[in-house]
Formats: sequence, structure tokens, C-alpha cells
Amino acid sequence: MRLKRILFAAAGAVALGAALPTPAFAQKVLRVVMHSDLKIVDPIWTTAYITRNHGYMIYDTLFSLDASNEVKPQMVDSVDVSADKLTYTLKLRDGLVWHDGQPVTAEDCVASLKRWAARDTFGQKLFGSFVAETSAADARTIVIKLKTATGQLLFGLAKPSSNVPFMMPKRVAETDPNKQISEFVGSGPFVFKADEWKPGDKAVYVKFDKYKPRSEPASGLSGGKVVNVDRVEWRAISDHQQALNALASGEIDYVEQPPHDLLPLIKADANLKLLTFPFGAQFTMRLNSTQPPFDNPKIKQALWHALNQDDFMKAVVGNPEYYRGCKSYYPCGSPLSTTAGMDGLLSANAKKSQDLLKEAGYDGKPVVLMASTDLAILTNLSPVAKQLLERGGFKVDMQAMDWQTLVARRAKKDPPSAGGWNIFHTVWGNADILNPVLTAFMGANCEKAAPGWPCDEALEKLRDDFMKAPDLAAQKAAAEAVQKRAIEYTTHIPLGEYFQPIAVRNTVENVVVAPAPVFWNITKK
Amino acid sequence: MLSYIARRLVQTVPVMLIVAVFVFLMLRIGPNDPASILAGDNANAEQVAAIRQNLGLDRPLLSQLFVWLGAILTGDFGESFFFKKQVSALILDRLEPTFMLALCTIVLAVVVAVPLGVIAAMRRGSLIDRLVMGFSVMGFSVPVFVIGYALIYVFAIKLNWLPVQGYSRLADGLPAFLRSIALPSMTLAIIYVALLARMTRTSVLEVLGEDYIRTAYSRGLTPLQVLVRHALPNAAVPIVTVIGLGVALLIGGVVVTESVFAIPGLGRLTVDAVLARDFPTIQAIILLFSFVYVMVNLVIDIAYTFFDPRIRY
Repeated sequence: MRLKRILFAAAGAVALGAALPTPAFAQKVLRVVMHSDLKIVDPIWTTAYITRNHGYMIYDTLFSLDASNEVKPQMVDSVDVSADKLTYTLKLRDGLVWHDGQPVTAEDCVASLKRWAARDTFGQKLFGSFVAETSAADARTIVIKLKTATGQLLFGLAKPSSNVPFMMPKRVAETDPNKQISEFVGSGPFVFKADEWKPGDKAVYVKFDKYKPRSEPASGLSGGKVVNVDRVEWRAISDHQQALNALASGEIDYVEQPPHDLLPLIKADANLKLLTFPFGAQFTMRLNSTQPPFDNPKIKQALWHALNQDDFMKAVVGNPEYYRGCKSYYPCGSPLSTTAGMDGLLSANAKKSQDLLKEAGYDGKPVVLMASTDLAILTNLSPVAKQLLERGGFKVDMQAMDWQTLVARRAKKDPPSAGGWNIFHTVWGNADILNPVLTAFMGANCEKAAPGWPCDEALEKLRDDFMKAPDLAAQKAAAEAVQKRAIEYTTHIPLGEYFQPIAVRNTVENVVVAPAPVFWNITKK
Repeated sequence: MLSYIARRLVQTVPVMLIVAVFVFLMLRIGPNDPASILAGDNANAEQVAAIRQNLGLDRPLLSQLFVWLGAILTGDFGESFFFKKQVSALILDRLEPTFMLALCTIVLAVVVAVPLGVIAAMRRGSLIDRLVMGFSVMGFSVPVFVIGYALIYVFAIKLNWLPVQGYSRLADGLPAFLRSIALPSMTLAIIYVALLARMTRTSVLEVLGEDYIRTAYSRGLTPLQVLVRHALPNAAVPIVTVIGLGVALLIGGVVVTESVFAIPGLGRLTVDAVLARDFPTIQAIILLFSFVYVMVNLVIDIAYTFFDPRIRY
């Protein structure tokens, strides 16, 4: 009898819970599912995209790129460039404050730039080879003196993707670049609620009331960062189907990266909509240039003929609405995009590939292809590559593994038979490949290069030439020369671009078109 | 009895030590490099090496092992590579959701399965018996995540009675807690209901054929009196064993269920830690799960003495 009473009480409590209306929050809360859980909160220390996105919530940048990838001032009010183009004087906007209420000073920014330049590969190149001195002339004035003129200084300060040069208070920015920061104070439009952050559950941001947006409308990562919600919650839901179920039921407002195979479900729901932005991502095949057979340039050339782009994109994305062929190392439609050097390549010409392999004396030893199986967007790339490569005369040993195992293994320089590798696939957000120095896979400085370790003096020299190019026309010519040489050497192979829509409820509007998900400007009815 | 419990507790120490060393070595022998994962995709070799050094992963294996063993003897499970929080704090924070999920699942399973099994045994060969057994086969056969999705579709999406995902802590109020735990525990309970109902039916059937049951009936007792006074206590030992096994099996079940329902519990932490190769967290969780497993076995062994006076330690 007592058991019966308990059961009734429990059922009643559940029913009561179900019947209770959703509490009427005075606050406007935007609930979001990002592509990954936030684990590391130092955007200078790691290059993980989720941490970069966290950075855009709470930090601000001196400059930023607008929707057409042009550099615009953000925290900076005015820029003065000396006639010899060796001195840049940056004046900060008036009224900028940190989340702790202290004013933002030029000294804070100088310390932030130094920490960024110690970690970021583009920053290392810029500050290591071109910048002579960075100093604070007064509380609002930063002076950057160059050793050699470069057209990339302001672009570097506006770098849109990891690592983004976010500004932090001096005491935080003076943290050893090899250690993570432990204080999360920015001057961006949102304040990070560290006390509510529960890894594996949620990260919470609230509107920063003292943030002073620029007067221009939001465009890309630049312009006025006007916050129209009180609170943004990043909820950790690792299961894609569940994230969409939660979106459909109204528990979530925004899903950053719904997988392409679930998009029809979203389209079929009248309460939901898909937002597709022109900032895509590039599928990439990376080769290990230090190990046979890809230490032989002729064998690498055979790859360009064995592969095409269409097969990869059909297998991975499926719907042509969300992909496009792009025979350029730089994003198609971006200022430096070019097809130079790509004539006749990536056309799945198996015969040509086989002939080149014969000429090069390929011994038929299987190439080890590391196939990531746990990231939906990468899973189908390797089986397609295996088939195309085998048709082109290669023997392929495809080894399945999870992405983190792949990341660990790709750092090994051993021969494939001793735990090394020959090929893997990955994806680069277009913001990471806008130019030849930004593109990590184009680095050819041997041991210091990204895994795959291309080693080519000519390519490195051409990348330096790009840094010195003073204007867009010269930069285009330099980028074209880099592309031609990179194809000749074959640092990596672009396999096409895809677009990742964002799924939101109809109540969510004014999402900013930007290469990283940002939450200013968004309104929620 | 007390000396038996003390002896069993002492035996736990070498078991835990073997588990600790095994887990430690498994993680480090495999192709795992937390430093590469922490550094992110754009990091160069120097940055990865610097992180490796900071984490102490460049030190000799034995030195790392002894430092870790020494630390856990003082109750220090180290700092998570990723979350930059003490592992013990991370685990404590995740304990409530997992414990409540496990508790609700077991209670729900026992409350539903034992009566079902008894009814099936009492009505052997009837329609209800066949239904219970059919349900058991289905419960075993359908994966937890399929059951989860089916329940979500019906109760959360179609009927909109319960939330799709998430967990409300008890401190947030009982109704919210019950709403959030209802679907996950129902999902996880189905397999245990199947297992337990089947075992209860078999045990009760076996007992019902014994002479003392016939004697009890001949004394004029009602079927309910026979069941409660004689059949169930004698059928209890295998049922209690299965409940114990169920608690151990739950460790695997919560990993899937917490992932499907986005519950920030230990199962989810396990998945996150494994995917991120967060060595200190993985080591501590596996030690905790092993300890729970050993303790559950001990409790079950002690419970036998209450149901069967012939068992003495």
C-alpha cells in the first residue's frame, strides 16, 4: 500500500513537472549547441575552433575582417602609417573597458600582441621577421615599428581564425605563452561566467553592459557588436540527432553544425530554418613528404591526376547546394583565389597517374592512409581516396582510427611500417587559408612545418615575397606564384569546398554572416 | 562477519593496484598523445613538445607511474589535462547525475521486473507469461540508444511531456529533477527489467516445484501467502545476484544513456576524457568504477546471508 502511494506521488510529481509552464524568464536567453564542448578557454594557447569561438564572445580585436574579407578597425579608432611604411601608429577608441571595469590601455594591447606573436604561426612570421618594436606611446596609442615593410601587418592584426590576436589585460597577457591563462577578463561584448562553466554541460556568457559598439553595422567580424540578448548558453550535446530533437522541441535555439544528412529533417520542420553563409571550408589531402613514396615529387604528381574533387564531395556532402569544386588553394571567391597551375589536374585521369607512377619507378609498396571514422564530415573522404588512388595505380593500406589517434599519429616522423603514415585528410575553414602564409599546410620549412614536413627553400622564399608585397595586385601575383610552386612540390591537395549551414528556430533572426559563429546582433523573439 | 568484510576490503587493495598499473600502462603504450590534441590543428612541433613537457609526459614511464601512484595514495588524483580542474572535483561534480540515474534505473527495474517475473511464473504458459517473455527478448535485443530515441520521439517530441535532453539537479526542485530523469532511467531500465523479469520467473518457478511449497499449500495458505512467505525468500539469492550484476552493467549503460540524453554525469565524462586522451581523468574514473564494482560484489555477498541462513562467512 505504501509502495502504491510512493508510486502515485512520483507519477504526480512527474505530471506536475510536465504540466508546469516554462518559467517566464525576464532575461532573454539564447541556447546554443556548438560543434564541440568548450574544454580549453585560452584562445592564444590552443588553435581549437571552439576556443576561438569562445574568444570572439569575450575578447575584442584591434582590427577585424568584414564580410568581404577587408581589414577594418575594431578597437582601433585611427591608423597612421609613416611615408616609408615602417611605422604604424594605432589610436585606440575612447571608452573601451575590460570586464572588471578597468580601462583598456595601449600597454595591455602591446602585451597581448607579444603573447599572440609567441604562439601563432602567422604572428611568429610577422613579428619575428618584420616587426622591430611594439610599444605604447601613451595610454591610447600603440606604435609598431617595422624592420622591413609588409602589406600583411594589419591583416595579421585582423587574423580571423586561430589563433586570433585577442586583446587581454596586461596582467593576463603576461602569462607564459606555453601556459594557459587562469583569468578570463576581456573587453568583448559578452562576459564569461566562469562560475557557471561546467565542461561537458554548459558554458554561459552574459551581455557586457559597458561594451561600446562601433557605430557601423555589423559586417563579418567587424562593425558594431550590438548584443540583443541577455545571456547565451552553450549547451554540450554531443549527439547530432539529439541536438536537432532539442531544436525541434524548442529547448535549443541554434545548432552550429548540423550534419548534412540531417538537413532534410530541418527543412521539413516549419519552426526551423537553415542559414547558409558564403564562408565554406576546404577538404584537404595531406601527404607525408619525408617518407617514400611521397618523398619522390613525380609520385606526388601522379596524385594530382589520380584524384578529382566531385567524387569526394558527392560522398561526403551529397547535396550540391552545399558544395562546390574549387581548384584553388585559397578559398574560391576570396581576393587571392586563383586556378594558376591547376590546368588538367584533379580530373581523375587514372591512365596518366599510372604512367607517371611507372616513370617514377613506384615499387608498389602500399601507402598508409589514416582514415578518421568518428568525425562525420571526414569519414567518407578516405574510402573515396582509396578507390581513386587504387584506380590510379597506387596500392593503399587504409587504416581506420578515431580523429584523436590520427592527430597523435600524424606527429610521428617514423616510416609507415613503424607507426608513421603517408596520407590523411582534414578540413580547413576558409578563414584559415586566405593567403599563403596563413595556410599552415603551405609552410615548407622542413622540421618546423606542419606534420607532413614539406621542405622547400623556393616555396619558403615565395611565401616571404608574399609578405613583402605592398598592395593587393602584388599580393595576388605572389600568391599565384606560391600556388604554382606548392602544386609542383605538392604540399597538400585541395579536394573542394563545402558549406556548413547553421540551424535555428524561426524566432532567431539577424545572425551575422561571418567566418566564425558570433552572437552579437542576433535577436530572439 | 566483520572479519570477513575486513578481509575482503584488504583484498581490494591489490585489485585496485593492478587496475591502476594496467590502466596507466594501456594509456601510455597506445598511440595516444594528449599534447597534440591540446595544441590544436595549427600547432607546430615545438608547441606540441612544450605542452608535452608541461604535462610531464616527456619523463620516463616508470617515473610518471610512481609519481602518480604516490599522489593517489595521498588522495590526489591530479589535474585534468583539458579542464584545468582537479580530477576529484570534476568527478564529484558529475557524481550526482550518474548516481541518481543508476538509482532510479535500479529502483524502476526492480519495481517493475520482480512483479512481472512472479506473475509470469504463477501463470506459467498463459498469455501474460508469453508477453513477459516476449518483452524480455525484446529488451535484451534492442540497443539502449534505439530505445532512447524511440522514447524521446514519443514522450518528448510527439507528446511533449518530457524534455529531450539535459539534467536538472535535485537542488533545482523535485518536479524538474523527475522530468529530466524519467526518460533516461526508463531507457536504461528496460534492459534490466528484461533481465530481472526473466531471472525472477525462472527462480520462482524452480521454487514453486519444491516440496515445502506443496506443504505450505496443504496447510491452507493462500497463493499470496505462499509466495511472500516461502517462494520469494527462497528465490531471492539468484535475483539479488542479477541485481548486483545489473549495477555493474549499469556502468556501461550510463555511458551510452548519458551521451544520448546529454546528462553531465560520469559516463559522459568518461567518453569526453577518452576522446581527449585526458589521462588523469580516465585513470581516476576507471579506478572509481573498479572500486564500485568490487564494493557491489561485496554487498551482494553479504546480502546472501540475509536471504539464505545456510550461507555463513
